[in-house]
Amino acid sequence: MLKVSNLSVNYGAAPVVQQLNFALAEDEILMLVGPTGCGKTTILQALAGLIPITEGEIQFDTWRSTPSNIVPPEKRRVGMVFQDFALFPHLTVEQNVCFRLTETRLADHWLNLLGLDHLRHARPGRLSGGQKQRVALARTLAHEPSFILLDEPLSNLDAALKDSLRWEIREALKSAGVPAIWVTHDQEEALSVGDRVGILNGGELEQLDTPEKCFAEPASKFVAQFLGEASFLPGYLEKDQVSTVLGPAPGISIDAANGDVDLLLRPDDLSLTPLGTGNGVIDWVRYEGCSRLYAVSTDAGAQLKVRVSHEVRAEPGDRVQLAITTTHPLAAFSQSA
Amino acid sequence: MMPSFTSGLLRDWPRSYPFALVIALLALVPVGVLIGLATDEAQLFDAHNLKVLTNTLLLMVFTVIGSVVIGVPLALITAYVQLPWRRLWLVILAAPLAIPSYIGAFTLYAAFGRGGELENLLGLPLPAVDGLAGATLVMTLYSYPFVMLTTRASLLSLDASLVNAARTLGMTLAASLWRVVLPRVATGIAAGALLVALYTLSDFGTPAIMRLDTFTRVIFVEYNAFGLSQAAMLSLQLLVIVGLVLFLESRVRGSHEKPGRHLLLWPGLGQRLLVAVAVAPVILLAIVLPLLVFGIWLVREGTGGFQFSYAWNSAHASFLAAIFAVILAIPVAHAAIAGRFGKLLERVTYFGFGVPGIVMGTALVYLGLQLPFLYQTLGLLVLAYVLRFLPLAVGSVRSTAEGLDPSLVKAARVLGAGPREAFQRITLPLTLRGMVAGAALVFLEAMRELPATLMLGPTGFETLATYLWRVYEAGYFGRAAIPGLLLVLMSALGLALMLSGERRAEFDVTENHHS
Repeated sequence: MLKVSNLSVNYGAAPVVQQLNFALAEDEILMLVGPTGCGKTTILQALAGLIPITEGEIQFDTWRSTPSNIVPPEKRRVGMVFQDFALFPHLTVEQNVCFRLTETRLADHWLNLLGLDHLRHARPGRLSGGQKQRVALARTLAHEPSFILLDEPLSNLDAALKDSLRWEIREALKSAGVPAIWVTHDQEEALSVGDRVGILNGGELEQLDTPEKCFAEPASKFVAQFLGEASFLPGYLEKDQVSTVLGPAPGISIDAANGDVDLLLRPDDLSLTPLGTGNGVIDWVRYEGCSRLYAVSTDAGAQLKVRVSHEVRAEPGDRVQLAITTTHPLAAFSQSA
Repeated sequence: MMPSFTSGLLRDWPRSYPFALVIALLALVPVGVLIGLATDEAQLFDAHNLKVLTNTLLLMVFTVIGSVVIGVPLALITAYVQLPWRRLWLVILAAPLAIPSYIGAFTLYAAFGRGGELENLLGLPLPAVDGLAGATLVMTLYSYPFVMLTTRASLLSLDASLVNAARTLGMTLAASLWRVVLPRVATGIAAGALLVALYTLSDFGTPAIMRLDTFTRVIFVEYNAFGLSQAAMLSLQLLVIVGLVLFLESRVRGSHEKPGRHLLLWPGLGQRLLVAVAVAPVILLAIVLPLLVFGIWLVREGTGGFQFSYAWNSAHASFLAAIFAVILAIPVAHAAIAGRFGKLLERVTYFGFGVPGIVMGTALVYLGLQLPFLYQTLGLLVLAYVLRFLPLAVGSVRSTAEGLDPSLVKAARVLGAGPREAFQRITLPLTLRGMVAGAALVFLEAMRELPATLMLGPTGFETLATYLWRVYEAGYFGRAAIPGLLLVLMSALGLALMLSGERRAEFDVTENHHS
């Protein structure tokens, strides 16, 4: 099991990763997500042994790396899938996948499974982005690593391909039964593919939990906003109930909040009815195909975003009635935070 | 990403630095030697010296003017005008750069004037080509491609929409080229002009054959008269001028415009003929005439006096220089990529390229006199070649190493390869091409080198270039045919190599776009 304790990495004097702690369970896919420059890639490079660490330790069944005793990458039994694929341009697909293998059974297995058989003798320069990514994945899996690091594996591909390849990679990782750490800046990818999600901000881990938990009960307003559209409505929390201008709702205290709180509302936690009397005015609307996203200012002053069926039509300036429809407890943050 | 980890993984101080430092210091040895030598009872400056300085500067200025006058229009033509066989035209017009100027000086000198080959052939009395005018003509013919190529590169990076805008606003094509295009390529022209200046300053063969007392010729005269200290003093003076030109060159770093689709011009038949007529004299004088003269000599005198060992000696010494230059270039190129201090060390090794061959010769002859185990050895000659042409190898090795994606080495490491295996299986095969290209460039340059070879070659060690020189000195012009043609052939190979490198670079760019 891979275990990271108090890991810090500095570039020169600048801290990039600070006091990171987590453990990776057997055959788990852990997603690390965060805005650009939050230290995601640095963490992967540190885990792979490609850059030195400043503090803490990285531990695996067979090795232990510390700032004074850094285990070189080739001794870590690590697999890594690079953002730019890093396929060796002077070798064929087959030679890439078999890079350090003495027998090719596993290489054949993955080439076959990932649909690369007909490309065995092609050079990487002639492959499309999706094919390159499959070759990179096959190469990594064929070398039987004990854990795999994926550095934004889909960021260089176009949107249509991303969606299908995401599941293909997850399936491959699961069928190989290898734990993986997958770095992305795409929150949708993070929530849908991972068994657990870690949200990074400024080199620190803000939350590490199941996707559901991270989305519904984010540890901070930053996490709430990073993982999806988030509106905050002032309210008063008392015994798991929040009273708001839109009526009462079930609530759950996040940072020991009590009394005056900001209630996290996702666009689908609300309903919207065009109604002359109403309790808010539409600021703007975006048509999204299946749905419409409305921004509504309540009469009390807060702006909330509401996603409703495309059949509900209203224009900016119309008065509407908002109501909280969700039955699960909503995250309540103390107002100062 | 931290690029410094690509070379020495997990190391703060790149391993290549100590090696690069030693090599950089080695590159400074010639100057140190010259300073030591010149302080030894040499006359600082005299009236003759002033004449030499004037000649040198006049030759430089006139050659620069001539090169700009020829090079800029040719750049416009080769960049923008859609002629049939465009690529061929470019190759032919760039070719004089690859031919050593002493070949041109020798053949023009022999072809023109009273009793010259052209008078024999055509029966017309033609003016002699010698002195300042002759040297200027020859240097211009063989160095204008510098201006043509740098200007052309700048022209190709310009977006045509500005010229098109000027023309839709009512300006003629000629006026818009003059007022909109040329001001924007001024830095390209200047860069080429400075290269011409450097080339002219360091050229030995042309002023020597044209009997113009420039620094290089006078240094050689002093050397032959055993005035080594005086030669060193003159060398230092020449180096000061070279240093000034190099300084200017370092200041000329063009602002690069965002490249766009460049201008294309479609000339009519009459205009095409006009271009051909304008270009013809340059090609006739720089390429056709030398081949013609060598051809005449070959027919008249056959292969008399030529020995195969001259070609072998040339190849042998140049081959050794190429190998050693690449071996030394590897740590320097590595250091240049690894960090700022390494970049500085690389700049220092570039110094040798600015040192004229005759100056390098003077310094190393003296070094040989001080260190008897080196005197009159092939090793000393190879050292001179390596110091002079190391930058060619460094440039080649560095550019392929820079093109190496750092994540490839990382990928090899996480797949379980140790540093040595990663180097052997990834870094080496992917940078080998640059090493071979660098070695080939050094080889071809060394084959053509004249002054340092004359001064440092062991007794009886005759190469193609030195044999050509002795034939000229002895007046047996006809015997120059074989070595001359072989040197032109070498130049053609060099040109082919440079052009194939250019094409490869284009190929690499498209490859990277896909990945």
